This record gives sequence, C-alpha cells and structure tokens, in this order.
Amino acid sequence: MRDDARVTAKDASPDTHEPLVVSGSDGLRVSGDATLEQGGKLWKLLGAALADGTGNLSIDVAGIKTIDGGGAALLIARARAYEQRTSSTVTWSGAAPSVAAMLDLNDRELAPLPRRPRERFLAQIGRVTYEIGDRAGAVLTFVGQLAAATWASITGPRNVNWRDLYRLVERAGADAVPIVLLINFLVGLITAVQAAFQLKPYGGDIFVADLVAKAMTREFGPLMTAIIVAGRSGAGFAAELGTMKVSEEIDALRSMGICHYCHLVLPRLLALVIAMPVLTVLANLLGIAGGLFTAMLYLDVTIPTFIQKTQSVLTLADVGTGLIKSVAFAFVIALSACERGLATTGGAEGVGRSTTSAVVGILFQIVFVNALFTILFQVFEI
Amino acid sequence: MTPITEDIAPLDRHTDDVVIRVHDLSIGWGDFTLLEGMSYDVHRGDVFVILGGSGCGKSTMLRHLVGLEQPQSGTIHVEGVGTPSMVIGPPPFGILFQSGALFGSMTVAQNVALPLRTWTDLEPDAIAAIVRAKLALVGLDGAENNLPSEISGGMKKRAGIARALAFEPKILFLDEPSAGLDPITAVELDEQILTLSKHLGMTIVIVTHELASIFKIATNCIMLDKTARGIIARGPPQALRESAKQPFVQSFFRREALEDHT
Repeated sequence: MRDDARVTAKDASPDTHEPLVVSGSDGLRVSGDATLEQGGKLWKLLGAALADGTGNLSIDVAGIKTIDGGGAALLIARARAYEQRTSSTVTWSGAAPSVAAMLDLNDRELAPLPRRPRERFLAQIGRVTYEIGDRAGAVLTFVGQLAAATWASITGPRNVNWRDLYRLVERAGADAVPIVLLINFLVGLITAVQAAFQLKPYGGDIFVADLVAKAMTREFGPLMTAIIVAGRSGAGFAAELGTMKVSEEIDALRSMGICHYCHLVLPRLLALVIAMPVLTVLANLLGIAGGLFTAMLYLDVTIPTFIQKTQSVLTLADVGTGLIKSVAFAFVIALSACERGLATTGGAEGVGRSTTSAVVGILFQIVFVNALFTILFQVFEI
Repeated sequence: MTPITEDIAPLDRHTDDVVIRVHDLSIGWGDFTLLEGMSYDVHRGDVFVILGGSGCGKSTMLRHLVGLEQPQSGTIHVEGVGTPSMVIGPPPFGILFQSGALFGSMTVAQNVALPLRTWTDLEPDAIAAIVRAKLALVGLDGAENNLPSEISGGMKKRAGIARALAFEPKILFLDEPSAGLDPITAVELDEQILTLSKHLGMTIVIVTHELASIFKIATNCIMLDKTARGIIARGPPQALRESAKQPFVQSFFRREALEDHT
C-alpha cells in the first residue's frame, strides 16, 4: 500500500467528488464518485490504469462514496475489457451494499453486438434494379385491384364510402379555390407581360389577348391547378393513407371484409375527378383576368377590345382540351398518391418518405402527361 | 356535487423528504375540468403508483407532473426543479411514454445515447458502454443496431425505459411500463424498479393497471376517478385492499367486476 503509484494527474482531496484511481501492488483502488457526472474522468483514469498489466486483478471499491448506473456501467465495461485483453478475472472488493447492488445490476452477460454488413456499390445497383421490377409489379397489382374494386362498386354501390366523398370534394376543391385563383391570376399576368415585351415593338398589342387565352386554357390553367392540387391533396392523400397503413387501420378495414380500395381510393379518385375540372375553369378565368390586368396597365388595348378579342379566338376545343387534361391529371394525382400511401412501411418516417415520393412522382407524371396530350392534340389538330 | 369520500390507508413509512408536492391541483382542457382539488406528496425513494379506470386522467396527471401540460389551477412543486416545465437543458427526469416514443430515424442504441451525447462530455466508447449496460438492464442487448420499426412493441417500450434511465435521473416517470411485456420480462422490470428505488434512492412515479406489479413494488398509491373528479383512495395498496370501503376501490384491488347495485 505504501508504494502506491498514483495514476491521477491531479491530486484530489478526499472531500471532493472527483474520482481517483490508484494502482498498487495488491490491485486497483477506486475512490470518489462513480457517477455519470464524473464519468468522463473515471473512464479516462480507469483506461490509463488498466492499459497495461496482466493477470488477475482485484479492484477495491471501498472508497466509492456515490455510485449510479452510469458510473457502474463504466467500471464494469473497463473491467470486462481488461479481462478480455488479458484473459484473466477481475474481482471487486470492499463494495458497500449500494455499490455492490449497482455493480451487480449492471454486470450482465452481453449479447454480441450485431454488425450490419455494408452494402457494396454493385450490390446496391443490383438491389435497386430488382426493386424497380418489384415496384412495377406493385403498381400493376394496385391498378388491377382498383379495377376489380371499381367493378365491385358499380355492381354494389354500398361498398363505396360515399359519405367521405363530399368532405373530400370540399377539401380538395373548395378549400383550394383561393390559392388556385391567386396563382393563376399571377401566371396570366406574367404571361401577358412577357408577351407584351415581345409584341409591343411590332404594334401587336392586341395579340397578347390571343396568347393569354390560348396558353391559359390549353396549358397553364390545367397545369398550374394540377401542381397545386398535387401539393395539397396529393401529399395529403399519401400521408393520410400512409398513416392509416402504419397504424394498422387498413388491416382493420380488411379484417372487417371492407374493400379498402372502394372505401378509400375510389372516393379520393372521384373527388379529384369532380374538383379538378371545376378548379381548372376558375383557373382559366383568373388567368385571362391577369392578362387583362396587364393589358389595362401596360398596353394600348381597352378592356372591351381585350374581352372581345378573347371571345373571338377562344374555341370550345381550347377549353375542352384543357379540361380533358385536368381529368387526366386528377387520375394521375389520386392514383399515385393512394398507391404510394398504401405502400407505406416503417412508421412515421415511412409516412414522410412516401409523401415525398408521391409528390415528386406526381409532378413528374403531370409534366409528362401534359406533354403527351399537347403533342396528341397537335397531331390530331384539336 | 357530492363531496369526495376517500379511502385512506395509513403509510407505514413516514419521511419528511418530499420530492413532489401537489397542492389543490385541477386539470382539464378549456372549460372542461377532468379532475380537481387534488393534493398529495411523493417522498424520496417512493414507488408511487397512479391508479384508476380507463380515461380517468392518469396519463394526463403524469403529463402535468413532468410539465408537458399546465394545470388549470393549483400548484406542483418538484424538488430541484420548482414548477415543472419543459426547458432546454439536462433533463431533470427520466420519462417513459406510453408508446415508447423512440425516434424512428435512429437506431435503438442512438436513441438511448441521445441524452448522453447531448448533455455529457463522455467519449463515444464510454457512451457506448453505458448504452450497452442500460440495454442489457432491459434485456435488449443485441438489438442496438435495430431501428424502432424493426422491433416489437414490447421491445420499443423497454428501449424507452433504457433511454429514460440513461441520464441517471433522480425521478423516473413511467407511463404503463409493463403493458405489452411478457410476464417474465414484466417481473424482471419490477425487480429493476425495486433495485433502483432501494439502492439509488430513485423516486419512481408509475401509471399502471398491473395489479400483481402494484402489490409487489408500490410503496404508496393514489386512485383517480372520473365520476368523483378527484382522488378516491390513497395509501399503500396492500392496506387499501384490506381496508377500502368504496365498492369501486374494493373491486379494483380484488380484481372483481363491480356489482350492479341498481
């Protein structure tokens, strides 16, 4: 005991809480507080004291005044590491009842720490490729199930949750009106401004009316409306169905023999098919109003002339093709959102993932479908 | 309103060491008062159980005690904290939420390590050692690298207990700790709770229905009732089982269906 070699750098007086580790001929003596608060120091001191040395070791813990679970865990962990390194045994001596109890509580045979194999680059590519196939299969299954559900709800309309439909139309349609109006007014306005810059030098002011009317009804009205509905309702549907999926509500529906496609997907699809064309008509009107506003401020065109010109260039085909697009967008949004929602796994985080993937997927599909329709209408000169 | 009659069994241990003092507490939402006029003390080292039927406000009471909700009236005083409220800083309590409330984006080990990483200057390997010990304590060693979505409900709850214990709290709040656990794990958990209270002097407040566990670990309890809108019984559960006069309290402790007196 006399030839104690101090391991501590600092000299701790006996009345402080600082842990102290002293190694002597008969083993190690630990004193002070073995608590989480002093854990950093304790860990370092023990590490230094146990770094070298071999053979069975006795650790005297009689000097430990206060102990908690964290401190005990650190003592045990260091002792175990020493045992493993030197293939020897560590024994505790002089432990007060509370210290003994805490050491005992924290000294357990630990299951080996499992390692997650890291995926190699090629394996990752392979897995993702595989998953594309799985996804395609899942989408096909979804479409097939939905077709079956549609047939089931035509033959037995009781299957459909009609009560939800009104609420959904209100939420996806009526509630979206203000934002749809505002955005399309601005889109009409900036379209007219850009057109005016190009046409004014040639005295073509009046043709701004043509351009705004055609561009709004054929392209921007349906497209902007779809983008807003995708952000509002698309994300909403995916999150809602995703939450229902992870909280086992979908399973509960199925367990009661209720078709979740009839109960959840069809009402959402119908709601958008009803709401989107209506929103698109409003969008068209406000877009043209935006153009009119620009003309009023910036061009040598009177309001009656602008309206007259708009009336004369707009055909039923312009508005009709836009509405056809909007119905197609309604299908894209509702089906993609519901499909992603129902494919959700993995708790709250999974809901976030499927919502993001739904919105990104929908936006891409909307732009793609829009291009497709525009080309088709050009080819068939509609 | 009829005055609340209360079954009171005397405590077999009296210390003046009050850790939580609740005085004339009323809780509710908006104009609606769920429970009112409640006063009780929790002493150091107590395993204090809050009992009552479903929907009587047990969990709401717990949320008030930790400061997640503010009372309609009355005061709560917690030693070393004052009036509980959620502040940014080292957590004064350990709390287990009913669902475990693990962070889905982190592994089990990362969940338990979070308070240690944030509020101590321990080295990563020291934190890892503590985390392993805490998980071993609840029988979850080996599940360190699993995500919460990959483990069962009971395991989530146990991981939640390990996280609540990680920062060595002086007071531990457990919302239905043994619900969803198998009987063996539940008994082990009871023993751990006893050890923590006995050797660390940890004060533990538990909301639970598990009668076996209540009789084994509780040193004191209160029973809430939503019809009486307050506390209808208090004292050590064994004593209440013997001496309770009210039919509801009797039935609860003897695990009988309440007789229909109509």
